Amino acid sequence: MLKEENKIFKNLYNEQGWELENALNRDDWLDTKKIIEKGRDWIINEIKASELRGRGGAGFSTGLKWSFAPKKVGSRPHYLVINADESEPGTCKDRDILRFEPQKLIEGCLIASYAVNAKVCYVYIRGEYLNEGKRLQKAIDEAYSKNLIGKNACNSGWDLDIYIHYGAGAYICGEETALLESLEGNRGQPRLKPPFPALVGLYGCPTIVNNVETIAVVPTILRRGAKWFASMGRPKNTGTKIFCISGNVNTPCNVEEEMGIPLKELIEKHGGGVIGGWKNLQAVIPGGSSMPMVPKDICETLKMDFDSLVEVKSGLGTAGVVVINKDEDIIKCMARIARFYKHESCGQCTPCREGAGWMWRILERTAKGEATHKDINLLSDVTKQIEGHTICAFGEGSAWPVQGLLRHFRKEIDNRCFSEPIVKKKRKIPYLIDQHKLESKDA
Amino acid sequence: MSLKKIHDNQPDKFEFTKANLELAGKILKKYPSDQKKSAVMPLLYLAQNQNENWIPLAAMKYIGKLLSMPYINVYEIATFYSMYNLAPVGKYFIQVCTTSPCALRGANKLVDICKEKISKNQNELSQNKLCSWTEVECLGACINAPMMQVNEDYYEDLDETNTKKILNSFLEDNPLKPGSYRNRKNSSPEKNQILTNGHKNA
Amino acid sequence: MPKIFINNNEIEFKEGMTVLQACELAGLEIPRFCYHERLSIAGNCRMCLVEVEKSAKPIASCAMPAAEGMKIKTNTKMVEKARKGVMEFLLVNHPLDCPVCDQGGECDLQDQSLYYGFDGSRFKENKRLVKDKYMGPLIKTQMTRCIHCTRCIRFATEVAGVSELGAVGRGEDMEITTYLEKSMTSELSGNVIDLCPVGALTSKPYAFEARPWELKKTESIDVMDAVGSNIRVDSYGWEVKRILPRLNNSINEEWISDKTRYACDGLLKQRLDKVYIRKENQLVEANWEEAIDLISSKINSTNPDKIAAHVGGLSSFETINSFKKLLDEINVRNYEFREKDFYVNPDQKMNYIFNSSIQGIEKSDFILLVGANPRHEATILNARIRKTYLKNKLPIFSIGNPGDLTYPYKIVGNKTDDIQQILNGKSEINSLLKKSKNPLIIIGESALELKSGKFILEGFKEFLHKNNFINENWNSFNVLTQNASTVGALDLNFFNKPNGTGNFFDKLNNHNFDLLYLVGSDELNFQKNNEFIIYQGTHGDRMAQIADVVLPSPAYTEQNGFFINLEGRLQKAYKATNPVGNAKEDWKIFNLILSKLKNKNLYTNYKDLIDDSLSKVRETKNIELLPEIQTKKINLTSGNFHSEEVFIRAIDYYFSNPVARASKTMSDCRLEKNRSTESRKTG
Repeated sequence: MLKEENKIFKNLYNEQGWELENALNRDDWLDTKKIIEKGRDWIINEIKASELRGRGGAGFSTGLKWSFAPKKVGSRPHYLVINADESEPGTCKDRDILRFEPQKLIEGCLIASYAVNAKVCYVYIRGEYLNEGKRLQKAIDEAYSKNLIGKNACNSGWDLDIYIHYGAGAYICGEETALLESLEGNRGQPRLKPPFPALVGLYGCPTIVNNVETIAVVPTILRRGAKWFASMGRPKNTGTKIFCISGNVNTPCNVEEEMGIPLKELIEKHGGGVIGGWKNLQAVIPGGSSMPMVPKDICETLKMDFDSLVEVKSGLGTAGVVVINKDEDIIKCMARIARFYKHESCGQCTPCREGAGWMWRILERTAKGEATHKDINLLSDVTKQIEGHTICAFGEGSAWPVQGLLRHFRKEIDNRCFSEPIVKKKRKIPYLIDQHKLESKDA
Repeated sequence: MSLKKIHDNQPDKFEFTKANLELAGKILKKYPSDQKKSAVMPLLYLAQNQNENWIPLAAMKYIGKLLSMPYINVYEIATFYSMYNLAPVGKYFIQVCTTSPCALRGANKLVDICKEKISKNQNELSQNKLCSWTEVECLGACINAPMMQVNEDYYEDLDETNTKKILNSFLEDNPLKPGSYRNRKNSSPEKNQILTNGHKNA
Repeated sequence: MPKIFINNNEIEFKEGMTVLQACELAGLEIPRFCYHERLSIAGNCRMCLVEVEKSAKPIASCAMPAAEGMKIKTNTKMVEKARKGVMEFLLVNHPLDCPVCDQGGECDLQDQSLYYGFDGSRFKENKRLVKDKYMGPLIKTQMTRCIHCTRCIRFATEVAGVSELGAVGRGEDMEITTYLEKSMTSELSGNVIDLCPVGALTSKPYAFEARPWELKKTESIDVMDAVGSNIRVDSYGWEVKRILPRLNNSINEEWISDKTRYACDGLLKQRLDKVYIRKENQLVEANWEEAIDLISSKINSTNPDKIAAHVGGLSSFETINSFKKLLDEINVRNYEFREKDFYVNPDQKMNYIFNSSIQGIEKSDFILLVGANPRHEATILNARIRKTYLKNKLPIFSIGNPGDLTYPYKIVGNKTDDIQQILNGKSEINSLLKKSKNPLIIIGESALELKSGKFILEGFKEFLHKNNFINENWNSFNVLTQNASTVGALDLNFFNKPNGTGNFFDKLNNHNFDLLYLVGSDELNFQKNNEFIIYQGTHGDRMAQIADVVLPSPAYTEQNGFFINLEGRLQKAYKATNPVGNAKEDWKIFNLILSKLKNKNLYTNYKDLIDDSLSKVRETKNIELLPEIQTKKINLTSGNFHSEEVFIRAIDYYFSNPVARASKTMSDCRLEKNRSTESRKTG
């Protein structure tokens, strides 16, 4: 269990107050000037050395990302954009950072802006987090009034303006290029890559897009040193991470823990255990709904970090742990996730637009027991036809969870298909199935 | 997301109030002067607030002119994002999150209660015209599931009795306070909260 | 040049090419729906996926820049699987209504599903149904068929310059529509039909008329304006069913204007198919012999000075040439092609053509419009200016107010005084003009109609010459003519010289002529008094109604003919269908008249006519090439300045010639346009 002193977010539950004075007591803004004085290269190298990986889902090395920004500002200004469009089902960590640790984010913005040569920073907050946005605005105003940001922020000689931009209800805007499109006043449809935002981003200018949590941990890492951060977890999976434990647990909560904490410990110690006890566990979605679920037997020994989860063909994603116990209908549960993706697909590219709805419809039928064995193979084909063929990672995000279900719960699905072949029994055709095929065996 | 229907009964004119026009000016300052288009989302939201929580066509035209944007682009944006209402909703607009983490903790029961208390179908006004409800996708408060958003506020950690109470308060135009309905300290784990098999919030 | 490996073959490519373009260089066909050479890259159909070495996923070749040493494979299992997958997705919600779809036979989806489609559908769910949208009188929609490639949206915003199409909603419920289902206010809107890879947007007038394989296809030239767009005429029997654009990068790229495309139904209506003679104030059917007798006796009995001749805007070069030859034979000197008096100077060919050439516009870095509205006068040329604007963001100025041109421009002033200032180097735009390398000055007919017409044309020529903007590499002096016949008529000097026999238009309106011979001429503003009028043309339009003898002749799709476009480019239009009824080709009619009058022929055969005509084309050696303009010796002169307003004459765009006026589609467009301007005025 993570020692209290090693926690970065000490006010995750707002026990100490979010205001600037309280934040200062927690060492926020301590020696920020000195950190900046050490220079861009030092900051980027230190972040690289800490092996901090993006907390928004993809897990890309943050230091490396920053180093992609052009070293010198050319004719176009640089921008830093904070991705606070937290929409991944099962994830609500950024909300608490915005509410209770806003100064960490703001300080991180200043340091990151300096590191990537940006003088303007936009925080893209999902529209539903209106109150959280208001809170952040208050914190920004406080920081301005103490000259922590603004002209010559912290006396560092660097100018920084932070603006909040609200989304309006679109999951896809969490994808960085869709977010930039949305920020520019377009529909939130992801852009083609290359070019990557680090070179051609917001308004065609070099732009670095980072998740809230990534930026918020930066000041602490630089203050306490990359070594300290890297000493937690294991190589390439270092540091601490906020885990969101939701679903069928006794005490759902957000908790900051060391990377690589066993899943079982996470659920038992912080989540208060699975409802009905560990033996009642059916499966866990380890990293927000886009990550394939893992069944109980894998959960027993699973460690929660990027690489361990990849080994079991899943992913850490946003570390939104959704626990599903045996009282739940796993297929229905998956159908609900598929509905989410159908609802949130932006409609730009073919595989996702047509495939997401198709998967949902097959799963709905499967859940009702109206699907046939052929349909399940079809479902598997559809997921593979989406995966890897889309413009953005949303394609994988919608196909992977279904693949996870098929991988681990094939038996349940098969049972449902054959125990009650509704089509045959009732002779009432709920869907457009070729009528003449009904006579054949596999209808 | 099914295509939003444009309301049949549209007002002829829309203009920002003086206060909102000032606010719009402030919003515009956030973006580079040659990128006025960026302000379209905040301005649509502003228009929605001013016009009883829905955006009439006249407002889209108005904003299009204000930002020198083609109308169709404003229209595209208003239909792309789910938070813009293009038809009237209740004074209390109740959005129930029914995505998996909430569904696992009984969000569907909340939906049943809404159906019973407010209206049979989504996006229909209640009998006293005060409330309407809709199902929405993940609102990002999964550890406080099940939950619902009413206008701007989150009502969290709900169960059947609470939900009924809360909905009644809206129907009576005397809203209860938002926040956790299990006296939780935000997103912290609750002590001594061990539920037995089969017991979930709602 | 950098090299790329495609299926293990080394291919050289140009810097800046995409993988798809490089694959095309290698002779491989990459399937695509959203990609189009002339539109921005969307990369959304995902059909063009190819495999790149060291990449786990296939990549969209249309969007990926080709790079040195890249190893591309297009024939692997991975690629095939990816494309088949995408094809299946495209088809799941696409209706299987090919038998009743107008796109059938020329449908990209149909063609490509032959290679990448499954033989049966695995989609058991209900298909998506999308409400059809109203998009005006030209475009028929069947939105259920839409595959969301967004070509139409990109065309409207990028090429046409009217942001009126958009995608509303999101995900699988996304729909393409115009704002509140209004029709598009573009003169290029018909091109979205060609761009649509499926049958979602089809031609409304052509709906259910024919299947593409039943049609006879004739490659020809358009005559609706002076641009000379390259077209393909599709005909069935004697009917022209539709007109499509033909690729020509120097002129129309692959777009044509709505008038070019849709006026063709006017070729079937109100046609003159018989000879008529006016008897007791009524046109009575007659035969050729009677008519020729009557005409020759009239000509014989009229003083040649009292005879006037006029050709219309759709006449071919041979027609004007043979007409002139006939008139010479009978000593008639009063001939004219202009519809209104405007200043022309046929001394050198440079004086009346668009010297910079249409393709040359793309090189320009400064444009000044003088009394011109290119959007209505030469729609395709205007699209090229817009394209250049998008690419170079060049400054565009105008003298006079032409209205919305689909790109931003600044009005320098509305008076000829403003022109004088520029010529004297005292205008605010002079410094910009001086700095520019390839400026364009475009003088419209409206400016030449002014009293200062000569001053403007000659003044600009001298100014540009002095500033070395007219040289071997760049000629910035341009005249924007409006009719297909204009440059040809000027080559033939088919007009009434001011110092010759007095002003044609004054004489015409003072009723000094006793006999008028009009060939395809319907635009003259003229009230008939006691003149005897011979009308030779295609349509029962304005002039046929007041004529005393009506001679039917073939329309531009019914006889071969040369046309010289506004750049001075000689092009040949081909006969697509047979002339209607008793119509005779123009030169044969002239032959008949002359043989009656003088017992001799103008031409013995068609070859004669062609040889004679081509020998009279000025400065042009070869068909389809630009004329060779000498810039070494430029004859300068000057005109008198009058202070007056530069008024740009509005064109009734959809009604500008007899074919368009006979077209139901054009009249629908005109109504729709008036309606939308009305509604814009009121709210």
